[in-house]
Amino acid sequence: MMHWASTTEFFAMGGYGFYVWISFGLTLLCMVFELWQLRGRRHALESGERA
Amino acid sequence: MSLFGINWFRYSSPQTFYPLAGKLAPIFLTMAVMLGLVGFYIALFIAPTDFQQGEAYRIIFVHVPAAWMSMFIYLVMAGWAAVGLALNARLSFMMAQALAPTGAMFTFLALVTGALWGKPMWGAWWVWDARLTSELILLFLYVGFMALQSAIEDTRRADRAGAVFALVGAINVPIIYFSVKWWNTLHQGASINMTKAPSMAAIMLWGMLLLALSFWAYSIGVALLRVRCVIAERERESAWLGAAAED
Repeated sequence: MMHWASTTEFFAMGGYGFYVWISFGLTLLCMVFELWQLRGRRHALESGERA
Repeated sequence: MSLFGINWFRYSSPQTFYPLAGKLAPIFLTMAVMLGLVGFYIALFIAPTDFQQGEAYRIIFVHVPAAWMSMFIYLVMAGWAAVGLALNARLSFMMAQALAPTGAMFTFLALVTGALWGKPMWGAWWVWDARLTSELILLFLYVGFMALQSAIEDTRRADRAGAVFALVGAINVPIIYFSVKWWNTLHQGASINMTKAPSMAAIMLWGMLLLALSFWAYSIGVALLRVRCVIAERERESAWLGAAAED
């Protein structure tokens, strides 16, 4: 099941680690950021209404 | 119109749709996380190494789903724009507005992950080939749509202007899709075909499909959350204006 012989191999991604991890990392980061930003927008609305 | 005992048109009012969206959003986001976990597990741990591209090919697992979503969201956005213009429905315009930022995000991701794949594999961060160029234009269309809407004071006019803009830009989506067939491009051809078996290994295809579904569920969840904000903001604005007019 596990494709990798070691954690080092996993992070190295056959020498392409930089490209692969930035791709995956940026994707996840963007999605988390989008959700976080929406949360902020929601809070601003709710606190605005109470004001 | 009643189907399965539900009067669907009832939900075309922002006030009635608002709580429904609130209930649905967490369901879609949970689905997105579950599909994403399985998809990423396949992408990083199960899918074998590619014979020609080594481990760098794994970028396909985020690049393709992001690109698919960038195109699909634009079509849905343009669809809601058309419905809004045809039926003069406020909520339709609000849905279009709610979808744009997520579509832009996926377009950005498709372009960046594409560049990160292109550099090690083909030696270039960017080429002005048909697919890459038309995808970049898609990003400009999303940003243009959002900029146009925020530039126009009156909400109704902003909605209509944005909707026309979105519809005109929709021609770009089939251009992106067929670009690899119509022109000589550096970008590779279609991996998935309606008529013949896919050329890639089944497990790779599964990883890609699961992540595409995950991104799709995520997009719906986020759009529902965002449209709730749009509904509430517009409500507040009109209440404020209404109260000011009474003075």
